[in-house]
This record gives sequence, C-alpha cells and structure tokens, in this order.
Amino acid sequence: MGKRVGMEVSIAAAEMVGLCDVDVIAAYPITPQTHIVEHLSELVADGHLDAEFIPVESEHSAMSTCVGAAAAGARTFTSTSSQGYALMAEICYIASSLRLPIVMAVVNRALSAPISIWNDHADLMMSRDTGWIQTVAENGQEVVDLLLHAFRVAEDHRVLLPAIVNLDGFTLSHMIEPVLLPDEDEVKRYLPPYRPRLRLDPEKPMTFGPVGMPEVYTEVKKAQDEAFKASYPVIVETWDEFAKVFGRRYRPVETYKSEDADVIILTMGSTSETAMTAVDKMRAEGKKVGLVRLRLWRPFPFDELYQALKGAGAVAVMDRAMGFSGGAGPVCTEVKACLYDRAFYPYIQNYVAGLGGRDITVENFEEIHDKLVASMKRGDPMGYEIINVRE
Amino acid sequence: MAKETGAVSWKELELGCTLVEAGSASKLKTGDWRSMRPVTDFDLCIKCGQCYIFCPDMVYSRNEEGYYIANYYYCKGCGICARECPKDAIKMVQEGD
Repeated sequence: MGKRVGMEVSIAAAEMVGLCDVDVIAAYPITPQTHIVEHLSELVADGHLDAEFIPVESEHSAMSTCVGAAAAGARTFTSTSSQGYALMAEICYIASSLRLPIVMAVVNRALSAPISIWNDHADLMMSRDTGWIQTVAENGQEVVDLLLHAFRVAEDHRVLLPAIVNLDGFTLSHMIEPVLLPDEDEVKRYLPPYRPRLRLDPEKPMTFGPVGMPEVYTEVKKAQDEAFKASYPVIVETWDEFAKVFGRRYRPVETYKSEDADVIILTMGSTSETAMTAVDKMRAEGKKVGLVRLRLWRPFPFDELYQALKGAGAVAVMDRAMGFSGGAGPVCTEVKACLYDRAFYPYIQNYVAGLGGRDITVENFEEIHDKLVASMKRGDPMGYEIINVRE
Repeated sequence: MAKETGAVSWKELELGCTLVEAGSASKLKTGDWRSMRPVTDFDLCIKCGQCYIFCPDMVYSRNEEGYYIANYYYCKGCGICARECPKDAIKMVQEGD
C-alpha cells in the first residue's frame, strides 16, 4: 500500500515521475518552469533517483534533448508551461511524428500579451494538434495517477506515442493537497520496464526523422493518424487495469449527476470540482442540472461524449481560453463537431471564463445555467460569450 | 518500380518512418528527375578520377580499363563532374536529345 501525504501537487508529480524510474529528464530551469522539474533535479542530485537530469538553455532544447534520449531508448520526462511550451512546440510535433513515448506534465497557464503567469488553457489549446495523447487532471491525486498512466500507455507497443498530463497552473500546481502516492512495488506491477521497439544503436545504425518527399509524406501522416486513433482503446484498457491495481477508475468522459439532467455543464480541468459544488447547490434548488467533464482531450472521445450528452436538452460548454476563430471557443468547436453528424443533439451555448487566472466561482456556474436556460427559451442562434467581464 | 521510387503503402512504413537499414537510399532510384546528363568523351579522359571524387552521389565507378563510368540510376545531373573535369572530357547533354 502506498502512503497518503499532504504535499504540493508539483512535488507530488515529481515524486511520481521518480517512482516511475525515469531515465532522462531535460528542462530549462527558470520561469515558466514549476517545482516539478525543480524537485526532480533535487531527487537526482541527492541520489534518490538514478537518472540523468539535463539542464538546457531553452524549452526548445529541452524537448530536443528528450527526443534524442527517447530515440536512444530512455524513459524520458519533461515539464513546461505557457511561453516555454510555445517555444517547445516545434519539437513537440517531431516527438509525436517519430513515435517517441516521451511523457510531459504541462502546467496550463495563459499566453502573453499582456504578460500573465496565471492559469488558463491558452497553452493547452495552442498545442492541441501536436499529435500527443493529452489527458486533463482535476486535482492532485489525478495528476499523480495520470502521470503513471501516461508512461504505461505511451510505451505500450500498440501505441508508442508521447503523452501529456495537463494540470491547471497554481490552482493545482502550487496547492498542497492530500495525495496517495503508490509504493514502488505497486508502480512496478502496473508499469513494466520500457522496451523500445526501435532505438538508436551504434551496432545497428538507423535513420530517425529522414526527409519525407511528396511521394511518401501523406503515407507517413496516414500511418501516424491510424496509430493515434488506435491509442484510444489502449488508453481505456490501461485505465481499467489501473482501477484493478489502485482502485481509482478513470474514463475519457467523466459524468456527475448528468444521467437525468435537462441541462448539462461541460468543463475540463480543475474548475470541474467547483462545478460539482455548483451542481449540488442547483440540484438542491430543484434544477435538473448535471456535469460532464472531459478527461481525455486527445484523441477526442467523440462517441463517449455523444453518449454523455445525447439525453440533455441543452449544454453549456465552458472554455478557459479564447478561440480567436471568430466563433466559439476551442472546446465548444470540438463538441459541436462531435455532435453534428448525430441524428439528435442538444442546444449548445459556449461560455468563456477564467482567463489569465481569474477565478471561476460557483456563482459563475449558476449564471451560466440561467443564461443557457434563458437563451434556449428565447431561441437564440448558437453562440458564445465571455462570463464575468466588465463592460 | 514502386519500391525504387519510395512510393510504398502507409502499412509498409516502419514506426515513425524510421529507416532501419543503413544505406537504404542506394535502393531508391534518385536519378529520375535529371534534365541534363553527363557524357564522357573517353578519347579526352585521363582516368584522373576527379569526377568520381567530386560526385556528391557516388554515381561514378571505375571499370576494368580504369575509366570512370556514370550510373544514371542515381545521377541527378548536377554537372559538378563536368565542371571539375580538368580535360573538359565531360559534357552535359540535354535529356531526351
């Protein structure tokens, strides 16, 4: 059995990565970096973790180092956030295209300008299509659990894709929470040693990342897309196995009091816990409202989400980032795309909230609910608006 | 033909488009988009091997008599051999002529 500890979530994340017996960690050690890699560097320096910690000169180099290490067959980890993540983006595409099972914790924060170190999902949305598996945590326990799961699923030979665990900046990363950390034997039971299928080896030279002429580039992307889609059932299967070992069950789409709900609020990330409180309050007032939370962001859980939403009359989709599409926010755009082909789908409105560290409160969710119901009665065309903004 | 142009099915590609064999480019017909080809006048050739040394694609190989022969399977018609030949024995000729 593991032990229950009160710990800053970033420190707990680092402890979990250490328990996963990671071989190489590369990171640029100043802001927007968090305590995740800082604590890992301490674990390595103090001799608690037998790994290479490689401090580099930029986030771009951090991911480049991870690509090299993973290609050499090492279990590889890094962490980043906001502006650093943006700088890293070029190599993130290469990591997934080369099918390297790197695991990364992304502490979600706003992108400049104006300069903001605080939480929203701008960085998450910037990199949504990099070809990484992406899960989203709602609390410290989930950060720890999803990191362990990320290694397991990324390294599965049916998958071999990099994986990101997203966690909200400050709201999660800098909070002290009770976290159940597994012991080494439990981790070993769930996570076998990494066996690379292909790796750089001087005895048997290979070319990783060759030129792809127009004659073959399409085929390479088709192969990558097939692999990405094929990762979905393995993600679910390895979550089911996680439940058998640790007793905590995760699903691509999590629901809360949504089965009989007329109105559903759809969230992603730590705000989901505030939303649960709001749902409880509104239920006590007789409102038939429920909550659906996206746990798996990439690959997008199209069928499971449809199953979760199809019974509702109306859905309020919350986005924690501006889409700048001229229309709905990025989560809502995806939800609408998921529902368009179905015979029936609920009325949808999009609410943008919690930008650049602004709190999302229980009252905000009540406001969203009331706005959605009023909008449906009026029969407005589907649209979006920013909540809690001064006119 | 499909293999030598690299036009393979997505199912045949290795993980991440990795090339698992060293020197696999030698199997690709890389000389199929040439517009000019080098032609050697062996009456002028002194077998110095400059064409062999300078060719970026190892197109030239030495035959039993010591002359250097171009393999058009790989030659892209860059003209470096013709430029470097000290006897002007190599002329670039329009493909199709």
